[in-house]
Amino acid sequence: MTIIDPLPTGEQDAGSDRKLDEPVGRLGDRIFGGLSFGAAAAILVTLGAVAIFLFTQGREGVTADATNFDGDQGFVEYVGPFLFGTIYISVIALLLATPVAIAVALFVSHYAPRKIAQTLGYFIDLLAAIPSVVYGLWGISVLAPILARSVFPPLRDNLGFLPFFGSDVVLSPSGRSTLTVGIVLAVMVLPIITAISREVFVQTPRLHEEASLALGATRWEVIRQAVIPYGRSGVISGAMLGLGRALGETMAVAIILSPSFGFFWDTLTNSNSNTIASNIALQFPEAAGLSVNRLVATGLVLFVITFGVNALARRIASAGFSGADG
Amino acid sequence: MTESVSVPELHAAAPTGDVDPNSPVDRPNRIDVTDLDIYYGDFKAVEGVSMTINPNSVTALIGPSGCGKSTFLRSLNRMHEVINGAYVDGSVVINGRDLYGPGVDPVAVRRKVGMVFQRPNPFPTMSIADNVLAGKRLNAKRMSKGDAEALVEQSLRGANLWNEVKDRLEKPGSSLSGGQQQRLCIARAIAVEPDVLLMDEPCSALDPISTLAIEELMLELKDTYNIVIVTHNMQQAARVSERTGFFSIEGTGKPGRLIEMDTTEKIFSNPTEQQTQDYVTGRFG
Amino acid sequence: MSTTDELVRDEPVTDPRPTDDMTSGSLDGWPMRGIVVAALALGALTWVPSGSVNWARWVVASLLVYVIGTAIVSRIVESPRQATDRVAKALVTSSFFVVLLPLVSVLWTVVERGSNRFDWAFYSTTMRGVVGEGGGGYQAIVGTLVITALTALFSIPFGLFTAIYLVEYAKESAFSRLVTGLVDVMTGIPSIVAGLFAYALFVLLDGPGHTSGLAGAVALTLLMTPVVVRTSEEMLRLVPNELREASYALGVPKWRTIVKVVLPTAIAGILTGIVLAVARVIGETAPLLVTVGITNDVNWNPMSGRMATLPVFSYNSYKFPTLPPQASIDRAWAAALTLVLIVMVLFSIARILSTILKPKGLK
Repeated sequence: MTIIDPLPTGEQDAGSDRKLDEPVGRLGDRIFGGLSFGAAAAILVTLGAVAIFLFTQGREGVTADATNFDGDQGFVEYVGPFLFGTIYISVIALLLATPVAIAVALFVSHYAPRKIAQTLGYFIDLLAAIPSVVYGLWGISVLAPILARSVFPPLRDNLGFLPFFGSDVVLSPSGRSTLTVGIVLAVMVLPIITAISREVFVQTPRLHEEASLALGATRWEVIRQAVIPYGRSGVISGAMLGLGRALGETMAVAIILSPSFGFFWDTLTNSNSNTIASNIALQFPEAAGLSVNRLVATGLVLFVITFGVNALARRIASAGFSGADG
Repeated sequence: MTESVSVPELHAAAPTGDVDPNSPVDRPNRIDVTDLDIYYGDFKAVEGVSMTINPNSVTALIGPSGCGKSTFLRSLNRMHEVINGAYVDGSVVINGRDLYGPGVDPVAVRRKVGMVFQRPNPFPTMSIADNVLAGKRLNAKRMSKGDAEALVEQSLRGANLWNEVKDRLEKPGSSLSGGQQQRLCIARAIAVEPDVLLMDEPCSALDPISTLAIEELMLELKDTYNIVIVTHNMQQAARVSERTGFFSIEGTGKPGRLIEMDTTEKIFSNPTEQQTQDYVTGRFG
Repeated sequence: MSTTDELVRDEPVTDPRPTDDMTSGSLDGWPMRGIVVAALALGALTWVPSGSVNWARWVVASLLVYVIGTAIVSRIVESPRQATDRVAKALVTSSFFVVLLPLVSVLWTVVERGSNRFDWAFYSTTMRGVVGEGGGGYQAIVGTLVITALTALFSIPFGLFTAIYLVEYAKESAFSRLVTGLVDVMTGIPSIVAGLFAYALFVLLDGPGHTSGLAGAVALTLLMTPVVVRTSEEMLRLVPNELREASYALGVPKWRTIVKVVLPTAIAGILTGIVLAVARVIGETAPLLVTVGITNDVNWNPMSGRMATLPVFSYNSYKFPTLPPQASIDRAWAAALTLVLIVMVLFSIARILSTILKPKGLK
């Protein structure tokens, strides 16, 4: 069986059993190509379905007469405070997280020894993968008591002139207030902003950095002159993506926050505006009839907002990158 | 493995219609290119090439960068079609069959006309032996262990690599040096038993010693295959080829053309065209 | 601050060669280390008032002393520019450690409180007929496994084929740009909205009040698929074109080239991405809350009926404790610990996969 053919000579017919127009794997190509195209088309169909189903289920919640609901609230009156709460808490989270996230990204990209930078990145990814229900449990049972005991009183007493703290407010004894949720959400979105910022910081062209170094700049001056300007659009888009994540975060808010219905600027009290997502999670299991439709409609509002924020993030990112290249 | 040698059938498949009357030898595996234009979408990359490529010899294609010689080479096994919007006008006939005729499957063409690339590109996920067998295995050809071993040895011997790697056939192909990797790629190409072997600047990424090894290999392989090589290196063309074609362009955006094709000796000593003269003497390009 | 004065006095480099401006006034080496040690020591003073060790307070106080001390010493010994540089470094480094605080705290809390019920009974018994103490999360583990497996079954082929389409087949067309854009939109869908979608879909198919594991899996598929598409797409694009060409030149059809050459080359990254995507969805709570609900019994059948899952079980046990509440809360933490352990195991698997499957020859 192990006849080793001599090298084929010029006279040997090399594979005359194959004809040029014999279809080779053509059926396979058609099936495989079809599957791939089908999957891509299914993305389209799926998102279309999401929009249509949310719309059909939510429509009645918007159009139904206000008298159908407790308190005779129309849809706008109902969703308004939740919309406010969603945006307020997310913005707090973003303001707290962004500067720290940038600093951490700089630490990983420019300060930490290269060997451990990778491990650090791994820990930050892990931070992002911890389930939000775990953050919720941690927030309500560890962070909230600490804040209520040793952070809220000095904030009120020393910074009470700021409208969002207030000098004469009754502090939340449990710490289940807007600021606590904002801090927990900041911890949750920080890894997203860090990951994207780190990516753009690492990509800073070496030439820019070396040009700065050659002028006798210190490391911080290099970062200010070369790294930050180069990465600015990446950082902004990372922050926007973090905002998108914060807007949609559900469980941590649902577990920690002590919600009331209405618009509340105070961040240290027991009266807090709930978020759309958290409200759905809290109300949905008990809801029936038109209330379900109304909750779906609020979900649609949330979807539209996060969609807008994410679209903005990508626009900033793509505009920034093409600008940096050209 | 096909042990029977079906010579009569082979001659039956020999060119019938488009025979070049001026061809010095009329043998199988000759390539006749007639009036070939190659397009990428609206862009005409190569224009009006006609040439005959003789079997059992090395044909070199030379010319300045961007002159379309690589594109032309790729059109000989329809590899240029990998780029979207590529098409040709004209004919390429091998053994009486037009590669661009209706119903011809480019996948089948590439099994007849093998190719070796500029940079060695062994499959990183495969061992040396599996790289050689890739053409068969990837096409789901079932082979007995003995047949497979035989084909590996035969192809690696054919590529002058057997003695260097026979003790480490299970190591990854990428564990070899650049020159060895390129010979592995040649072994991989000849394991499919093509009729024609196209080489697109096969030595441009290699050191001089590896280059020499590949050139020696080409001289051996031409006994079996019709070899066409694109090269930037005029000394290399002079060393290995019997015939040389010179491509050039008039300017950017213009299509490449075949300026002159003749015996290598003539092209390098006494070309007919002034442009060729200028190029081979280094005055241009 | 006497410590800093001492450091300045003992600074060995400044005095001997004050005229050499290449070396003068550098805090590199032991002076900086001295500041760190001094900061840690001063930070430890925060233990004195309360009389107990408070790690978080210690870290924060030490970092403060470190930043301020560095600023003062560097400004005196070196130059204002150097001082700015050092403060920036101190701040950047500090913020990293500040971020580590919640991470360490979360992990520590989960382990500490989860270990109360980290016992065999938790993993082998259900909540059926359990009032008060005892009981376990077996039904939730079953539910999480079933729903996650279904989700993976849907999203991996869906996402992978979409990625293959985008990288291998799509020409620069309006359709492929649209698909890319929609994948981005999908990435941003809030998880609760995905849950509402699945709910709305199944209400239409089956009438109001539908709950099933399948509905939960559909919701999670919506969240996992875009992640699979993104990572697979990225990995497929990293496969050098030369390998595809080498395969085509051997007369291998396109689909076999994709299956036998492109995918095996990219498999390490793709699998890593898939494992991380699983880690993401396995902890999702909100979409399951609205589609699958919670139950005390084991339900292996994803086609109908409520199913317990670890995240929802954890949430429910904490939010609506039975009496005595501590037993419920302990179960909630045990479920949280289980989730965190699963996520960490998945992360480790992803790491191992990405090292052992990486083709050695890929540059």
